[in-house]
Amino acid sequence: MVLLLQLISNGIILGCIIALGSIGLSLLYGILKFGNFAHGDMMTLGAYFAFLFKVQLGMPMWAAFVLAMALTAFVAIIVDQIIYKSLRKSDSIILLIGSVGIALILRNFIQLIWGPQNHFYDKGIQMPIKLGLGVRVKPNQILILVVTVALVILAHLFLRKTKMGKAMRAMSDNMDLAKVTGINTEQVIKWTWVLGAVLTAAAGILLGIDTHLSPSMGWNLLLPLFAATILGGIGSPYGAMLGGLVIGVSQELSTLIIPPTYKPGVAFLIMLLMLLIKPTGLMGRSV
Amino acid sequence: MISYLIFFLIICGIYGIMTLGLNLQWGYTGLFNIGVAGFWAVGAYTSAILTKPPVPEHLGGFNLPFIVGILAAAVVSGIIAFLIGIPTLRLREDYLAIATIGIAEIIRLIVKNEEWLTNGVRGISGIPKPFHSLLGNAYNFFYLILVIVVLAIIYFIIQRGIQSPWGRVLRAIREDEEVATTAGKDVFRYRLESLILGAMIMGVGGAIYAHFTSFISPEAFKPMQGTFLVWVMLIIGGSGNSLGALLGALITWSIWSGTEILTSFLPSAITTQAAAFRVILIGVLLEVVLLTKPEGLLGEDPHVSSVLKE
Repeated sequence: MVLLLQLISNGIILGCIIALGSIGLSLLYGILKFGNFAHGDMMTLGAYFAFLFKVQLGMPMWAAFVLAMALTAFVAIIVDQIIYKSLRKSDSIILLIGSVGIALILRNFIQLIWGPQNHFYDKGIQMPIKLGLGVRVKPNQILILVVTVALVILAHLFLRKTKMGKAMRAMSDNMDLAKVTGINTEQVIKWTWVLGAVLTAAAGILLGIDTHLSPSMGWNLLLPLFAATILGGIGSPYGAMLGGLVIGVSQELSTLIIPPTYKPGVAFLIMLLMLLIKPTGLMGRSV
Repeated sequence: MISYLIFFLIICGIYGIMTLGLNLQWGYTGLFNIGVAGFWAVGAYTSAILTKPPVPEHLGGFNLPFIVGILAAAVVSGIIAFLIGIPTLRLREDYLAIATIGIAEIIRLIVKNEEWLTNGVRGISGIPKPFHSLLGNAYNFFYLILVIVVLAIIYFIIQRGIQSPWGRVLRAIREDEEVATTAGKDVFRYRLESLILGAMIMGVGGAIYAHFTSFISPEAFKPMQGTFLVWVMLIIGGSGNSLGALLGALITWSIWSGTEILTSFLPSAITTQAAAFRVILIGVLLEVVLLTKPEGLLGEDPHVSSVLKE
């Protein structure tokens, strides 16, 4: 019982990180109509930017967090302007191939600058806090939960209350209808990149806080990110949040029956089952 | 120098086999398979396990002949492609991409963790080289000829298939699925056949690779070397053109191994950095080709009816 609760609590932490990453992935998928295979590596980039500001430049963590998110968004817009903008005219699969190339460039750029070894934001070891029923949580994990909830609320307010957020959802929902109403699509695309990059950078930083930084940390999460996106329904940011939590918790719970090395396979299996049973996802529309 | 050239051409040829398989799937049918490394590994391990003499560490010891290993590699890869194709080929094309990357990752996890089957991270060594004792020093030359023969057979099969009515349907599906459906073609079946045949070719390539290096480990089947290079080769050479695919394999492998030779002169302290730089270079090359010459160097070979030609 204790083990079960412990796994669920670990799963929620992992789910928070996956959810943050997949909100952006889902919106980009909905608006630009392509699966961004560089999304995981954008996550890594955000984490390393925070490492740059926090450890190498000695800034406080909150400042490093914000600056890293901003810098990742900046990189995302630059990449979009140079590469994706010109590719948008062609087939969506060409965009996908382009993003695979960007993924490799980003990951190896990180390896070039920061080396292949693991990095940490903090060298110290945290003593876990005992919650009721024998469940242990590190203070950092509570921080992860709080930051995730805060960011999700902000993203929600942005999508619901601002004009840009509404335009984004409209474009993701029905591109032609959105265009007819006079939405400036290029502007919306830019803001979608900003939102996606900011959230996925945050996910990377939180993952780095929870464990450590390595050049392949985001790439290894790419499959869970896509699984969460498809589970929630492509283009649906709220579905992605739900999908992230489901994937996170099921990955952790799976260790009860299969060796933990096969955790990534669980996300994949859930995704395949979803594609077989209900390809539109839990909260999506027809594809 | 000559021996290096032969070695270089053998690896090129193996990549050429992979690129031909991918060209059938992507170039002619529009199937986005980014799990090439997975089929490569399946082919390599299948043949290695079947043809090796018995060892205590892992499954094997069937001592079967080389040719059986190659054929079995094709069959097992084909079965895996069949299993992936069933749930994904009816859906949007990008779902296949995500599914294949997933299956490649799972195959890598299995290869890494199931020691009874694959000897885990230590890999399988001593994979038999066919006729090695007979040929001695001239062995690599013999193997090059073997690779070329296999390449020629595959090339011939693909060209025959592509020029047949079957190939016409594949291209029709790639261009417009709905038109093909309206013409009464079972789009799903054709896609599945193309996916399976392409995967079988990759399986053969994997087996040829295993018997050449005589040693395989999970390290060899990482997405970069296994999948991404093959994609770059196909895009650069020109998808939808088998000759272009081979040309792309030659050019890309020249750049990849040429930069390796260059960076080997650098001090060993920065070798990992140099390796990262080489990958960035290949990535940039891909983006440049996509932006400036998306049809590749050769482009698709024209398929015009002989009546129209005249």
